[in-house]
Amino acid sequence: MTASASSLAQLLEVRHVTKRFPGVTALSSVSLMLGTGEVLALIGENGAGKSTLMKILAGVQEPDEGELLIDGRIERVDSVQTAQRLGIALIHQELNLSDNLDVGANIFLGREPLKRGFIDRQKIREDSTTLLKRVGLDVSPDTIVNRLPIGQQQLVEIARALSINARVLIMDEPTSSLSTHEAERLFEVVKDLRQKGVSVIYISHRLGEVRELADRVTVFRDGRNAGDLSREEITHDRMVQLMVGRDISQFYARKPHKAGDVVLQVDGLRTQAHPDHALSFSVRSGEVVGVAGLVGAGRTEMLNVLFGVDPAVAGVIQVDGKLCRMSSPRDAIAAGLALVPEDRKQQGLVLEMTVRTNIGLAGLKKNQKAGGFLNDAQEGRDSAAMIEKLRIKTPNERQIVQYLSGGNQQKVVLGKWLSMQPKVLLLDEPTRGIDIGAKQEIYLLMEELAEQGVAILFVSSEMEEILGMSDRTLVMHEGRITGELQGEELSEEAVMQLATGNVAAAVAG
Amino acid sequence: MKKNLGILGLFAVVFIVTAVANPSFINAYNLENLIRRSSLYGIIGIGVSFVIITGGIDLSIGSVIGLVGCALPWLMIKHEFPVAAAVPLVLLLSLVIGLGHGLLITRLKLQAFVVTLCGLLFYRGFGRWLTSDATMGFARDYEGLRKLAIGRIPLGELPFIGRFNLPVPFLILLVLAVLAAVFLNRTVYGRYLLALGRNEQAARFSGINTTAMVVLAYVICSVVAGFGGLLFALDSNSIQPASFGNFYELYAIAAAVLGGCSLRGGEGSIFGVMIGAAIMQLLYNSINLLGIPTTLEFAIIGAVILAGVITDEIVKRIAAKRRAVLQARQAVV
Repeated sequence: MTASASSLAQLLEVRHVTKRFPGVTALSSVSLMLGTGEVLALIGENGAGKSTLMKILAGVQEPDEGELLIDGRIERVDSVQTAQRLGIALIHQELNLSDNLDVGANIFLGREPLKRGFIDRQKIREDSTTLLKRVGLDVSPDTIVNRLPIGQQQLVEIARALSINARVLIMDEPTSSLSTHEAERLFEVVKDLRQKGVSVIYISHRLGEVRELADRVTVFRDGRNAGDLSREEITHDRMVQLMVGRDISQFYARKPHKAGDVVLQVDGLRTQAHPDHALSFSVRSGEVVGVAGLVGAGRTEMLNVLFGVDPAVAGVIQVDGKLCRMSSPRDAIAAGLALVPEDRKQQGLVLEMTVRTNIGLAGLKKNQKAGGFLNDAQEGRDSAAMIEKLRIKTPNERQIVQYLSGGNQQKVVLGKWLSMQPKVLLLDEPTRGIDIGAKQEIYLLMEELAEQGVAILFVSSEMEEILGMSDRTLVMHEGRITGELQGEELSEEAVMQLATGNVAAAVAG
Repeated sequence: MKKNLGILGLFAVVFIVTAVANPSFINAYNLENLIRRSSLYGIIGIGVSFVIITGGIDLSIGSVIGLVGCALPWLMIKHEFPVAAAVPLVLLLSLVIGLGHGLLITRLKLQAFVVTLCGLLFYRGFGRWLTSDATMGFARDYEGLRKLAIGRIPLGELPFIGRFNLPVPFLILLVLAVLAAVFLNRTVYGRYLLALGRNEQAARFSGINTTAMVVLAYVICSVVAGFGGLLFALDSNSIQPASFGNFYELYAIAAAVLGGCSLRGGEGSIFGVMIGAAIMQLLYNSINLLGIPTTLEFAIIGAVILAGVITDEIVKRIAAKRRAVLQARQAVV
């Protein structure tokens, strides 16, 4: 046990909690301690089990084994209401506000004070004003939530948590959609809450903010405890080491190679999301180009325009020197592009269909027999080949995709596109939410495809992935490409500076 | 096929109970009638199932039937169009209606419910205006064309039943069902419809022209409804513009749902829809033959459909739970 934890009264303890889902053990005997007025950072890669534990603490799910102790007493947290009664509040990454209602209504949603059977608006207004003051938000409780910027909406969520007298505030990636300024304001609020004895479990991928805020760090890896760091032990390298659990240079498969001719050439591309900024870049055959940036930098929007999902405002796209008009994904596929989208479940897969049908979905037209009849034999060959090549873990090809683990689902999406033999592979957060083994397999696959001459453009928010996998990195900030880094220049510092729009510092550094 | 066992069982139970309770059920005249009516409703049920598979809905079917029922005699009797012109014209009219629905739903992103609800009102009003609300019919003419709806093919002497004639609409239904089933299950377009009905975005991201496919589904639905309207009109020979085809969209949708189409889209069996349509006509027939007050007719049909849907849902849940347990066990091992 670390010094800072033992000096504080234990408020919350998680003892040997295990949680299984079909096909995957999300948590295996994890433990965690939280003192009163302590900020505990919980870190780990995607799929390490952080969100599962948070859901258990917030009463959304119940553990299969293990127990939760609050104030030293074993408690069964079987519903969100119970969690709230015990003073635990979860603030989701995607905010849970009814943005058509006003601030006061949101703070007291579901717990409206009544007066003669009607909502007591006066009381809501008064109490909300007090709560808003505590989180340093200077807006009227009558403001409709969708009028507020995202950073202020988050403060409204915190005010709501305080309104139930939360003693434990769980914040899941709270800064993922905030500007630097908004994030700093949030840090002030967190520090202030700590002063007032509120405990915070802070989940973040941004190791910089963990260093700034945390009293202690707990690291999860593959659903297990990987280690704890006390205040003085918190360094970037120690955290990364615990998270990855092995030497990073071995984990990523990228070997330097010679790139071939330019396959994808983009000039003056403007997206609807950021019409003021023109994007220009190229990707060569056999090259792996990473696209780094913060959430909201316009990376997904760029890929969607390239793939014809959304129309471009302006710009020229050339594939193999041929001008292409991408007015739908069909055009992009015909030009030799493939996109593994960010939202696997909504955009990548038809979850209720089989592995085989999903793998065959993009190639239906290409493989069809005369008269538009399905080519069953070809579909069978493709799916068998992809299940073997990508080592998709499935009982058989007729398995419904929904029941596969995240990593295997992602492999099905990849299989769908590899069976089309694309020239350019666009990947949007290709390893989000999948376990570490599947991750490495996807890196190996990217490496193998690049060797075969496929041009790869991948968007990632994971710094290690960007540093480990790209031959060249484009960094985006608020819709612009703020810089291009390769070789020696490619460092976490340089990427972060460019990603936050600090071009001068990145160049100087 | 396994999916259809439940509804097939329901059909068999109602059939046997009625046959045992009232011997006049197994009677050539009654069965011919039952088959003819089931076939007509089965046809429009197959049409609407295409729309339901995309996750959409078409409430205008009854009014399209009404409009075709008015327009056909209006063209042939009042304006003396030849059959070879009038029939293609009414089918073209149905096609244009379906195209209109599809484009409004995909291009303007209007809700299918709203678009086809407006259609329900509009086509009904238009048909009444066209005919000045006067009852239409074909009198004793057009015997050849009317064979499509009222024709019977003698099958000779059958055991228990006696001299039996097979209604022509049943043959039409069979041909349509085979075409529809092959289209849905054996062609890439059918696969497109099933995929986009489940997840429109994923289908679009896979390069499927989802807009064109949704429009096609509404066109199929309206053309089949128009064709059904033609048969219904030839069958009844007395078309009241204000009421002809009223509520038929609900019979069609109910048949599709009973037959295993999910209103959430992506699911559907043509065979199931045929049985679904037949069950509703069978129930109607049974209520008459078993001496149940006909005023209860709608209540009974509603209750049976609800019971069917509830059973289906419960069976599905049990199956899902079993699978989850099985998978968890595999994961632990």
